[in-house]
Amino acid sequence: MSEIIQIRNLKKTFASDKSTVIALDGVDLSIEEGEIFGIIGLSGAGKSTLVRCMNYLEKPTSGSVIFDGQDLGSMNEKELRKARRSISMIFQGFHLLMQRNALQNVCFPLEIAGVPKKEAQRKAKEMLELVGIADKAQAYPAQLSGGQKQRVAIARALATDPKVLLCDEATSALDPTTTQSILSLLQQINQKLGVTIVVITHEMGVIEAICRRVAILDHSRVAECGRVEEIFVNPRSDIAKQLIYPHGKKEPVFQKGECIRIVFDGSSSFEPVVSNMVLACGTAVNILFADTKNIDGKAYGQMLLQLPEDEMAKRKIYTYLSGQNLHFKEECANV
Amino acid sequence: MFNPDMIRLLAQGIWETLYMTIVSSLLSYVLGLPLGILLIVTDKNGIHPMGFLNRLLGFVVNFVRSVPFLILLIAVIPFTRFLVGTSVGSTATIVPLVLASAPFVARMVESSLKEVDHGVVEAAQSMGAGVWQVVTKVLLPEAKPSLILNAAIATTTILGYSAMSGFVGGGGLGTISINYGFYRYQSDVMLVTVLLLVVIVQVFQEIGFRIATKGDKRSR
Repeated sequence: MSEIIQIRNLKKTFASDKSTVIALDGVDLSIEEGEIFGIIGLSGAGKSTLVRCMNYLEKPTSGSVIFDGQDLGSMNEKELRKARRSISMIFQGFHLLMQRNALQNVCFPLEIAGVPKKEAQRKAKEMLELVGIADKAQAYPAQLSGGQKQRVAIARALATDPKVLLCDEATSALDPTTTQSILSLLQQINQKLGVTIVVITHEMGVIEAICRRVAILDHSRVAECGRVEEIFVNPRSDIAKQLIYPHGKKEPVFQKGECIRIVFDGSSSFEPVVSNMVLACGTAVNILFADTKNIDGKAYGQMLLQLPEDEMAKRKIYTYLSGQNLHFKEECANV
Repeated sequence: MFNPDMIRLLAQGIWETLYMTIVSSLLSYVLGLPLGILLIVTDKNGIHPMGFLNRLLGFVVNFVRSVPFLILLIAVIPFTRFLVGTSVGSTATIVPLVLASAPFVARMVESSLKEVDHGVVEAAQSMGAGVWQVVTKVLLPEAKPSLILNAAIATTTILGYSAMSGFVGGGGLGTISINYGFYRYQSDVMLVTVLLLVVIVQVFQEIGFRIATKGDKRSR
């Protein structure tokens, strides 16, 4: 796969009269064509600035953004405006034109691009259909729910057939159910149209749901970057651990007996492992700690089990787990 | 007082007042609307920041707005004479009225455009809109209800100014009220003219309010 966006040593500082704020401090990233790439970080980490540098809404202080083989920094205003039609954006606050109805909103970027009105309306209708709200074409934003507004915004962003769709906290203002429906819409668009999607968020759930790769931004730098499942299984940076275990990864001090740690690394499917094991071995275990996630139908995470003191039962469990191709290691039990 | 002469005089006064107010308002917007747009576009957080021009325009606007209208009215008499040929009558009054209200209108326009959510402007820019497109397709249409409402306020303010110009022979209801009511102690004439002015203000305000509310798509 080729790279659609390459970011090299990107720096951005905001200078005011009294102080300078470093928003980005040497960010390197490359986003591949057709993937869903996540950028996660806490507020103030520089996510929004980074995404605004990707279409040069914010001009970087130094470093370069290469979109589809062309350096955005070397473009003049006119070329840049043209390039922006291929890098669409949706926002947390939707940012629809309140005095235009849904159809007219979707026509808007086409008007800017100089597409004839009839052609624009045809395309706009097609886009509204794609996002599933063709029946709301005549409704004004004030008459739409949050999820519907975001669908109009997505239709509007896709109207100019962009190569990249930047989503700046696009689901952060929505309730969990609507968030899920918008995320699956994005996934569907990615598969159907092949649009590269960059998702900016502070919620790990969003990354987990649709992203293939993720970059974790912390204090204006990329702390960690890689495939989502790898980072979930083995978060190296403190910030990654913090984002994956938002309430702190506290493992209880186990009391008695032997413990094993089962690691789910994606090689087994997401199924009730422990229940099956208990049924198969006919012996009870105590779950001391568990944190597993279902990513693409595969299980990731780990589980800490306290085993019965009976040696026979223990051996049974070991045999069962080995037979299931599950990785586990024994842990010493401290009193 | 309600003899045919007086009624004819009042009718003439109403006509002149409407003429001055409407023509002055239109011309004030011809000057004030672009000025207001310039103020917002060149602002340091605007879509095309130009610090020097913005400060210069801001200063000129504030300067003219600080001069009391009556002083301005008299100070520009030579200019009025040069432009219209005379300094009395309703046509001549339009000159100082426009000079005084254009900066006021510019500020009104500026504040209306400021109400437009910056995010929407940003969205338009992310789609590749240039400065002109942002102004004509985003700022003005999105601010339309507020612009209309403010236009009604500006018009009624100009109406008030026009009445003040009666002191220097400006024509209209203001002149009648001053000449008959003030100088000749005909309080009934004064009362009637004031009432007429009240009615005209109410009508303008109501029309503006109705158009603004009806055209605002933000209300469900």
